[in-house]
Amino acid sequence: MPNSKSAYSEPSKISRSQRHIIVVWVDNAAGVLARVIGLFSGRGYNIESLAVAEVDRKQHMSRITIVSMGTPEVIQQIRSQLSKQLCVHKVAVFKRDDENILFRELALFKIKSSKKNQEKVKKACKKYNSVVLDKTKNSFVIQVTALRRDIDKLIETIRPHGLISVSRTGAVAMTKGAEVFN
Amino acid sequence: MPKLLSGAEIVFKALEDQNVSHVFGYPGGAVLPIYDELKNHKSIKHILVRHEQGAGHAAEGYARSSGKPGVVLVTSGPGATNVVTALADAYMDSIPLVCISGQVPTHLIGTDAFQECDTTGITRPCTKYNWLVKDVNDLAEILHKAFEVATSGRPGPVLVDIPKDVQFKKAPYDFKAKKVSKSLNGSKSETLSDKKLDQLIDLMKKSSKPIFYTGGGVINSGPEASKLLRELVAITGFPITSTLQGLGAFPGSDSNFLGMLGMHGTYEANHAMHDCDLMINIGARFDDRITGKIDEFSPKSKKVHVDIDPSSINKNVKVDLSFISDINIFLSALVKRFKSKNKNFVDVNKNKIEKWWNQINKWRAKNSLGFRNSDTIIKPQHAVQRLYELTKNKDTYITTEVGQHQMWAAQHYKFDEPNRWMTSGGLGTMGFGLPAAIGVQLAHPGKLVVDIAGEASVLMTMQEMSTAVQYKLPIKIFILNNEYMGMVRQWQELLHDKNYSESYTAALPDFVKLAEAYGCVGIRATKPSELDEKIKEMIEVDRPVIFDCLVDKMENCFPMIPSGKAHNQMILGPEEDKKISDEGKILV
Repeated sequence: MPNSKSAYSEPSKISRSQRHIIVVWVDNAAGVLARVIGLFSGRGYNIESLAVAEVDRKQHMSRITIVSMGTPEVIQQIRSQLSKQLCVHKVAVFKRDDENILFRELALFKIKSSKKNQEKVKKACKKYNSVVLDKTKNSFVIQVTALRRDIDKLIETIRPHGLISVSRTGAVAMTKGAEVFN
Repeated sequence: MPKLLSGAEIVFKALEDQNVSHVFGYPGGAVLPIYDELKNHKSIKHILVRHEQGAGHAAEGYARSSGKPGVVLVTSGPGATNVVTALADAYMDSIPLVCISGQVPTHLIGTDAFQECDTTGITRPCTKYNWLVKDVNDLAEILHKAFEVATSGRPGPVLVDIPKDVQFKKAPYDFKAKKVSKSLNGSKSETLSDKKLDQLIDLMKKSSKPIFYTGGGVINSGPEASKLLRELVAITGFPITSTLQGLGAFPGSDSNFLGMLGMHGTYEANHAMHDCDLMINIGARFDDRITGKIDEFSPKSKKVHVDIDPSSINKNVKVDLSFISDINIFLSALVKRFKSKNKNFVDVNKNKIEKWWNQINKWRAKNSLGFRNSDTIIKPQHAVQRLYELTKNKDTYITTEVGQHQMWAAQHYKFDEPNRWMTSGGLGTMGFGLPAAIGVQLAHPGKLVVDIAGEASVLMTMQEMSTAVQYKLPIKIFILNNEYMGMVRQWQELLHDKNYSESYTAALPDFVKLAEAYGCVGIRATKPSELDEKIKEMIEVDRPVIFDCLVDKMENCFPMIPSGKAHNQMILGPEEDKKISDEGKILV
């Protein structure tokens, strides 16, 4: 791009994008999720996974867990923008390799294959708390809970053995020990 | 059983309880029930604009000059989309607006009904908050909440979208005035501890090259904050510079004032920012027009940042010490603490910062706002200077459009009081100044209100002259007419090899005849010798005026930070060699 001309300064050093997990407690009301997500999309950030559900009926409070890549500066800015929102109660941000945090994701797989291959899949899923939820003669639905990266790997392992459908919840997170996010 | 009111009645009840005196709006199908109710509320005056963008900017002018929130009323669909520019403008410049929009009836939402659009979806990223009211029982609470959000913390625009059926439905209205808390919207103003204030005072005492860098936050905090800022400068003897939005918070004619800083700021202000050892940012946000290239921004200084918005801290520039606080509260605590501990500080500290002032005065001697005047053609800077000289003894309010004329106004018109200067800084909205002047004039009847304009900008919202005439608002539109989009032309000249692509307006209207067509007064000045007399004529007319001031077409706005270089290498003007590297072109 020779002779780039613009009204704005060139970027200075840009830090490396890192995977962040952002947990937000919000009012369970119309437009709130769009408001939270808009802070990512408006910066051109893709959301890798999103898990949201009401966690407190009385207070109508939902807990949103977002996984997204971003530079620490931008994620910090998103965090402070989130904290300002009327509908946001609290925000927690951490890196994926944080050892004090537990991550889990739930996945459902549908397998259609021969008995032999079905057994292979069941065996592969076994160490991820697998539960068979439904079965027919030539198919079954199995549930696993694991880390995102383990589910990624597992999918590749069982794909040749008749995997025809995958559904994943996206990561949820919780601190270890007696502490809670603040 | 409490008395039941319709949604439309509740809207006006809430506006009355919020002491709203003016509503800027435009009727349409989805807000007719509200317009129907207007006649029953004599304390609220509706100003009929000619385009909803005009309503938004007029409300901004009203709000910025009075400190009260501006209120806008528009219909659904195009009414709402037309006001979006003004909402985005108010969001960038932290101006409190409450926009009430009509929406199609609840059962038609999402059906692509006539004049339907997803108003809350469209305005979500350019408002502090917005609401779609689906139940009339929530309406009163939401409206009062809207005013609270708009005016508390860092002010900004909010929008309440009211479907037409909700305007008809009935609900009880119950409102008890609450004390507006400054803390809402996440900006938990911290309690200012003496310990932290002492940390700052310690930095101030140790500094040999200090500078105050102040912004619109001082203005938004109210006139008391401006008074305290003056006191702070008086008891420290430190130099002070201001952003575009902060002009007027500190007197432009005071000797401690270095002028505006930034891309078209003064030589002394930018050099002082670059070389200082202590920068105290009070209510400004390290905008990219101020900092230029971030890695070379004021490399040797300790930086202190005071802001009401926690998300402003460390957003663009990492700082060493920060206070999340309303400026008025902060300044009163700081001034009190400082005075109690440091008697006669100015005298005691004089030697310490004497060298610094000497250096600043050397920069000042460059006279960076100087220009070569002419006897034959009106120089735009000269026009602004003459306007200033002939209006400075009146309490004059200035609005602007966006471009060269805006920068010349900021450079050459000196503001001594806050709330006298209304300009679109963050969003840079051409067409802001004329409707803003309408809002200012309504808030300040009898005062002189001048829109320093460019001919290209002002044509974007020219239709609002009709509004000014209807309400007998004697605003003065002072057009520096160079027939170009001047700032675009300047960048093309300096950066794009004089390829003046589409920046010349070939078929401009005759502004004097245009003024007459609108039913106001047209005045034209073509040469320097008649300028004063014509400006006086403009001031004396008690009607709206369009003043067509024909100025030098090729004049550029200097000084300017043009290049990949730092603040301390700004260019001064045509006398200087203006070689700009390719690298530098990117930065203008």
